[in-house]
Amino acid sequence: MNRLLQRMQTWAESRLPALTRYRRPESLPIELHRRRIYIVPTGFGMGFSVLLLVMMVGALNYTNNAALLLTCLLGAASATSMLVAFRSLDGLRLTHVRAGHAVAGEPIELTLVLESQRRRNAIRVDLGQDSIAFAIDTNGIAQIALALPTLRRGWQPLPRLRLWSSWPLGLFRAWSWLHPEQSILVWPRPETAGPPPHAAADDARHMRLHRGDELAALRDYRAGDPQRHIAWKASARHINLLVKDFEQPQSRPQWQLDWRQLRGLDNEARIARLARWLGEAQAQRRNYSLWLPDNQIASGSGLLHYAHCMNALAQLP
Amino acid sequence: MMTLPSRKALAELPIDTRAFDLLSLTMAFVLGLHAAHLPWWLSIALALTLGWRWWQRRQRTGRVPRWLKLPLLVLLTLAVITHYGNIFGREPGAALAVGLLILKLLETESARDVRVGISFACFTLMTALLFDQGLIATVIVALGLLPALATLRALEPAQTSATLQRSLLPGLGLLAAALPLALLGFLLVPRLSSPLWGAPAPRDARTGLSDNMSPGDFTDLLVDDHPAMRVSFEGTPPPPDQRYFRAYVMWDYDGSRWKYVDIVNRTPVELQASRTVVGYQISMEPTHQYVLPMLDVPLDAPASTVLRQDRVVMADKPVNDPLAYAGRSAIQYRLQPELGIRARQRGLYLPTGFNPRTLALGQSWRQRYGVDDAAIVQAALSLFHDGGFSYTLSPAPLGRDAMDDFLFDTHEGFCEQYSSAFTVLMRAAGIPARVVTGYQGGYWNTLGNYLLVRYSDAHAWSEVWLSGRGWVRVDPTGAVRPQRVSLGAAAAADGQLPWYENGWLQSMRNHWDIVNRWWGQGVTGFDALRQRGLLTPFGIRDADTTTLGTLLAIGSMLFIAIGLGWALLRRQARDPLRAALRELERKLARKGIVRRPSEGPQHYLSRAARALPEQRGELALLMTCYLELRYAHDEPPPESLRDFQRAVRDFRAVRVVK
Repeated sequence: MNRLLQRMQTWAESRLPALTRYRRPESLPIELHRRRIYIVPTGFGMGFSVLLLVMMVGALNYTNNAALLLTCLLGAASATSMLVAFRSLDGLRLTHVRAGHAVAGEPIELTLVLESQRRRNAIRVDLGQDSIAFAIDTNGIAQIALALPTLRRGWQPLPRLRLWSSWPLGLFRAWSWLHPEQSILVWPRPETAGPPPHAAADDARHMRLHRGDELAALRDYRAGDPQRHIAWKASARHINLLVKDFEQPQSRPQWQLDWRQLRGLDNEARIARLARWLGEAQAQRRNYSLWLPDNQIASGSGLLHYAHCMNALAQLP
Repeated sequence: MMTLPSRKALAELPIDTRAFDLLSLTMAFVLGLHAAHLPWWLSIALALTLGWRWWQRRQRTGRVPRWLKLPLLVLLTLAVITHYGNIFGREPGAALAVGLLILKLLETESARDVRVGISFACFTLMTALLFDQGLIATVIVALGLLPALATLRALEPAQTSATLQRSLLPGLGLLAAALPLALLGFLLVPRLSSPLWGAPAPRDARTGLSDNMSPGDFTDLLVDDHPAMRVSFEGTPPPPDQRYFRAYVMWDYDGSRWKYVDIVNRTPVELQASRTVVGYQISMEPTHQYVLPMLDVPLDAPASTVLRQDRVVMADKPVNDPLAYAGRSAIQYRLQPELGIRARQRGLYLPTGFNPRTLALGQSWRQRYGVDDAAIVQAALSLFHDGGFSYTLSPAPLGRDAMDDFLFDTHEGFCEQYSSAFTVLMRAAGIPARVVTGYQGGYWNTLGNYLLVRYSDAHAWSEVWLSGRGWVRVDPTGAVRPQRVSLGAAAAADGQLPWYENGWLQSMRNHWDIVNRWWGQGVTGFDALRQRGLLTPFGIRDADTTTLGTLLAIGSMLFIAIGLGWALLRRQARDPLRAALRELERKLARKGIVRRPSEGPQHYLSRAARALPEQRGELALLMTCYLELRYAHDEPPPESLRDFQRAVRDFRAVRVVK
């Protein structure tokens, strides 16, 4: 039954886009305006209107004009709340969508950046089963973190997001689709176990354990820094968040990771192995280079380099 | 920002403390409104339940267990039934509703519960208006919507403001914005000309005058200072001692009680009126009785009423709602100049075996004055005036021969005792006489040009039939206490009334009454008939349901359009620097130097400087200033910005004539 409904919905959305409020992906920034905000009464709103009707009939029957006036006042306030609901979405702008990094199968962190000139309350974003509520102050920016499940490596289009609000009274729900034309890159999932890269054995004498966790310095937080690197105690005395910068000792010989070394495996297995090697190299703070059929990445180290390599792997056909 | 489960599960989550506090506040408000007419023990029990639940929820979230809830529910129902006898009707219904509302709080835990509770609270708020629909009561009830709306707001997740005042105020704004639409709805929602189901006439404690009278009945009425009716006159109002409003004419006396007997289908007795006829409109508070008090003797009956034989006006149905009617009355008249035998007998009848001394006194007067009826009347009035009688609202109780006790023993009383004793005396002396009850006096509201008559202005007097003059009004109370007739009930009672009916407070209440009158006429008295006449100024004589519905729809559209205009209004973020540059551009454009769309400020101002060589220096300076303000900072520093704005304002473009 559920699947049938879903199929009907898909069919309706492809054939009757105007009726189903379906929106094609569009480029950022997306600004909500009257032509794309829809308002429907909530279940409570329907119940409340029945109550208003009962109150009105009662007041009319008992010719109690004060009660009728009260009912009219309540009804008019409810109707006005519809406009307030509309206004809480109108003019809201989605300016950026930032994606974190995640391997296939794990949820990826999305950050939506929304801007508003007005103060807004109780706006919610739905993504699948996830729902996030947020408020924005005057001339404020809200950054909303969402987790998007991933399945396969490679470019994955952003799904439709629903932005809605039942502010102020919960009688009406104003909603709108957001479908940013943006894709996010999902990294390949590394294989769980396998042989180390060729020529790794030569470096056995260098296998001194370097944890590389000597604290070198504190620097300002940048979006994307892992939370566990934040120096909370030091941050408490500063305006900004501070992040521990770790020393990265260069004590290991570099790995030359090469697509061509992995003969006899199919493409995905090759990619998974390379991904595991990249992860190990990164964890051991080695220098490493990567050779791919259409992309050769020179030797390097660090998170950026790792990301570069993983991106290249992810984009392989 | 907060993560939430899906929409369905959200309604089931426990609510936060603030929403619960606001809900408790709403319910406390409703309980407070109803406390006046609930039995006191029920009010206290419910208040304690509410307070306990509030305290308990602060300690620990969770519903109250069922074994506690169910017995409370049964207990409430039983309490209502034992106190009122049933659960239907206004009072028991309201008591039950308030009780259920408070019990709802016991099981309130999720957002859905709160929404149900608030809806029910709104309904219960409205039922409070069934008891009192005065202006103040209505405003207070409307204020009860504030915590209700605030509770609904508090249910929404992620909000910027948090304090209690800040959560109540937006509701006020919403109500204020909704008021025009609400008034439109109020004016145009078609009224029912007859109720859909039987609206039970609530038996009010306040019934006004009764159709029978025994001395001492009025004591409750005379301290009730609620408005009974408001009268506005066409032309000058009659002088204070002429403001007698007749309600009941009572012929029948059984020794203790005077009674009005309603005889239908008789033609009214003859009335020979002088040329001065007073026209007036009366708006009357509900009495649940048929009688309509009219000034002195009415010439004819108002619409949908009947004039009885004694020119008493009876409505077709009991006055359960505020009623407005117009009348024409004679102040100087001869009423029933010819009295038939039957009527004469009726006007002389006295029950045997009662009040022997009074009868003897009356008969002795007849012997002394012979046929001079007027002299007998005068003798009775002199007796009251000089016989040591006093006016008091709390007279000594009277025995079986009430008039004997009063006339020869206690010597104290108010209008009922005097009119009753006088009438008995007259009948004993052989003069046809009867008791008339109604209102006398009232407060003249200069501001509103109307007469406010309160229940405390209720009065009883006598009419005697004198040959050649017909029925003549004699007010024996006036002989004892002339102030009662000339100044009104409050002046006559002098110190015997409750504190709030004396002095400046009473005078303030009298002045304030104009607002009540306006409210009564404009709002509570706005019935189906008035609604039909609403559109007369616009050329629609009789606005029927369809017309009203159409107008309501059109008007609502109009208001919604205005509201939409507001909703769609987007204020551009004001950029003062840009505005200042625009002003400069306008000034330069007047001299023919128009900025091209493709032109940047630097290029444009340089071009302007070339075109206006006289002001090259000034323009160059303005340009530097602008560029610095715009591009050297994120936010231009306020003082430099002000300098720039002033420089632009002072700039005068002067074109050199070539």
